[in-house]
Amino acid sequence: MNSRVFHIATNTFREAVRDRVLYNLIGFALLMSAAAVLVGQVSIQIERLVVINLGLTAVSLFGIVIAIFIGIGLVSKEIDKRTLYTVLSRPVRRWEFIAGKFFGLSGTLVVNTFFMAIGVFAALAYVSHHFVSSDFGVLIALYFIVLQFIIITALALFFSSFSTPIFSAIFAFWLFVIGSFAQDLRNFSAMTHGLVRWLVTGAAYLVPNFSALNVITQVAHGEPVPLNLIVLNTIYALVYSIAVLSAAVLIFERRNLK
Amino acid sequence: MIASRRVTAIAGTLLVCSMVSAALLIQAVDDLRPAAPLQEMLYISSPKLLKRLCLGYDGLLADIYWTRAVQYFGGTHSRGGGTYKLLWPLLNITTQLDPHLIAAYEFAGTFLLAKPPEGAGDPAKAIALVQYGTQNNPNDWHLFYDLAFIYYDLKDYRNSAFAFLRGSQLPDAHPFLKIMAAQMAEHGGDLNTARMMWTATYETTHDKMIRANAAAHLRVIQVDEDLTGLEPLVEKYRARTGRFPESFTEMISAGIIRSIPLDPLRHPYRLEPGGRIVVSNPDELPFLDQGLPSGYVPRPPKLSPVD
Repeated sequence: MNSRVFHIATNTFREAVRDRVLYNLIGFALLMSAAAVLVGQVSIQIERLVVINLGLTAVSLFGIVIAIFIGIGLVSKEIDKRTLYTVLSRPVRRWEFIAGKFFGLSGTLVVNTFFMAIGVFAALAYVSHHFVSSDFGVLIALYFIVLQFIIITALALFFSSFSTPIFSAIFAFWLFVIGSFAQDLRNFSAMTHGLVRWLVTGAAYLVPNFSALNVITQVAHGEPVPLNLIVLNTIYALVYSIAVLSAAVLIFERRNLK
Repeated sequence: MIASRRVTAIAGTLLVCSMVSAALLIQAVDDLRPAAPLQEMLYISSPKLLKRLCLGYDGLLADIYWTRAVQYFGGTHSRGGGTYKLLWPLLNITTQLDPHLIAAYEFAGTFLLAKPPEGAGDPAKAIALVQYGTQNNPNDWHLFYDLAFIYYDLKDYRNSAFAFLRGSQLPDAHPFLKIMAAQMAEHGGDLNTARMMWTATYETTHDKMIRANAAAHLRVIQVDEDLTGLEPLVEKYRARTGRFPESFTEMISAGIIRSIPLDPLRHPYRLEPGGRIVVSNPDELPFLDQGLPSGYVPRPPKLSPVD
């Protein structure tokens, strides 16, 4: 990462912290504390399961909301405040600006996830009093959730590079929803013929496949996550994010900012 | 500054008063509205639709539905039982969302099977659900045990033995399953078999309600055995005196028994006219067929104490 990208990333991180993004950790801490205390009273035999499912779902949803709502304003806010012109008047290329924003928000989400992961493991320790080897799977699920954040950050940034914040939020959210149905889209394409089949298959591969990055239920039951799935998902998330960021750069490079 | 403080004080007071009033009002609304129609309703009954709507977070939704199923059962049970018409849909949704939630199958195997007011009394659905469990968790012997138990309860000893046998062939299966497969094939209807089955359930389950249910059935078996042992002694008294004893004290005086016999909850048995032996606290012994006092009307089921 060159120094200009690094500086933009650092400023994006600082800005997110100044915008009190990490305050969501308080809400998360309260949620996990309440879950840890209440789960033994309302759930039978599945205390660990509930803590893992609830904890990882909350980490995922909190992060997705942050990624979308911060990501959609990363470019448009700079244009509205006219700070973008100051940045671009310096020896900073437009692609460096996009890359810096991407790394800054991704870093914020990684830090946020790190603290929430501590919360999940604390609640798990409170409920079951000990850790077992299968709890390592929770870390893998958290890693996959971070991969989801990276894709969503790239998507939000992509939409932010040419659209208004409200439309960017709608587009990013719908892509998240459609991405959760990616497997169904593929199954649907198998039932169709001709041009429709090509179109549906194309759409299924075009949208991000979030269902492949969701192993929450699997790790909650202590089932192992295969190593090749970790490798393939990592490569997929990186390749997909690079593709989306490249599209964002292509649009932003040609955008008339006057 | 003073004006600002005044506004703060008024707004703060209004906030607290309004929230308290809102809580009190909602309590009054709850008292006015009947609870049952709300509880006997599922807004979304299709597991497939729910699976789509939850955007991949199906594990958490399954936990919520499982908790809801347990609370629905517990709530209905504490109000005196019923037909539990929502129990199957709730358990079905739970297991469709998370096919590996073993506790839900165990619960279904016990409480979908039990007759009202103790359960839903729907063995076909209990079998279907537990079989779905065995398909999705083919290496879990507990589910084959639950399936065998349902068939046993239906007096289908052949299928019960087969389910025990399938379970016994799994890795880590409890050795008890192999014994039960043989026992079921040879002596399906015996009281001893019943005792073995319920004891195993009592010892292997972690679910408090299932454990209490097993304990209640074990007490019934104990009563059946007690009555089987006491009835010949009453008959012996009659043969000796020409009449039925009016109380167990008379039998003690006659030297036939040493003390007043006690039921599994340590309450004394009673004698009714005609030499009929009955329990003195039938409300505490659900599932009882024999030994009920004449004219006894069952009260809401009570599954405690566990031990």
